[in-house]
Amino acid sequence: MPLLDGRIVMPPLPEGRVLPVVTAPADVLSTACVDVDPTDPGVVQLAADLLVTQRVSPGCVGLAANQVGVGWRVFSLDVTQHPKARTTHGEYVLVNARVESSSRNEKSREGCMSVPDFTGDVKRASRIVVRGLLPVTGEEVVVETDAFEARALQHELDHLDGFVFLDRVAGAHAVYPRQTYL
Amino acid sequence: MTHSLAVTVLGHDRPGIIADVTGVLAGLGGNLEDSSMTLLRGHFAWTLVVAVDADPTTVSERLAHLTAEGLVVSVLPMPGADGSTLEGSSWLLSVHGADRPGIVSGLTRVVADVGGTITDLTTRLGTGIYLLVAEVALPRDADVEALSARIAAVAEGLGVRATLTPAESDVL
Repeated sequence: MPLLDGRIVMPPLPEGRVLPVVTAPADVLSTACVDVDPTDPGVVQLAADLLVTQRVSPGCVGLAANQVGVGWRVFSLDVTQHPKARTTHGEYVLVNARVESSSRNEKSREGCMSVPDFTGDVKRASRIVVRGLLPVTGEEVVVETDAFEARALQHELDHLDGFVFLDRVAGAHAVYPRQTYL
Repeated sequence: MTHSLAVTVLGHDRPGIIADVTGVLAGLGGNLEDSSMTLLRGHFAWTLVVAVDADPTTVSERLAHLTAEGLVVSVLPMPGADGSTLEGSSWLLSVHGADRPGIVSGLTRVVADVGGTITDLTTRLGTGIYLLVAEVALPRDADVEALSARIAAVAEGLGVRATLTPAESDVL
């Protein structure tokens, strides 16, 4: 498996482009994404675009393909700088990824670039195993992680299944107007 | 002309109150915006904001049959700004302890004194225990350390335990 010091070793990607982020309500956010060929040049370009878009978006730690309007099962992630992260696997893109196992639910408040008006309390597993493929090579990767990376993975995989965090909020009074920090 | 109206409905709960009220508002072409409803010991309590091409008097008249059955209904025009965007930092104030008069007023006064705003509030009286949970928006320049100390001091005087914790959300 392409891991170095616990971090996923990404194959070289082409230059990425910053893409506009789609906000709810948009059909593409409520539609399950389809599996794709990780070696397809279009998928490889999308992987590069997701990473670049994620990097230039303040506070963004992950981005699903349908958040940039593409209905493919691809997402990017990088929680290495987040204070709530424990185990981290670096900056990476996974294709056709799915949850293999999960345990230990914890509740925390989430926001999302695609739902800019609200935040909400969501219960998610704090330990998780995700299996997916790397773009370019199609090599299989198994991510076994916890804490914030586990939460972020579930948030992105939810996107790919056509769900946003509003579909998972913990109760009628668990949604809040998002506050601005100027 | 579209009016932005605040409608409150209070009274003994029964099945169908929400369906009845929203049916009337829909019949007037109203668009339901924010609302919050809960049951307080069997009492129905609902506040909603509706945008509707009808004046408050007309809306009140259409809801009058609910008043006749014992519900308290008020329809008030909303002032211009909707206040939906709050500026500052978000905190959670949790208070619990033996019930006694003055817990809510004492602790919310401390928050108000630093310009903080309560954005959501739940209080519950259990068997021998009183609980307050409040979402608090603090001004950007608030001295949180000093506020926490003041809250702790007031709570101690009331014989309850109070904690102020960040209610930050993570953008994913």
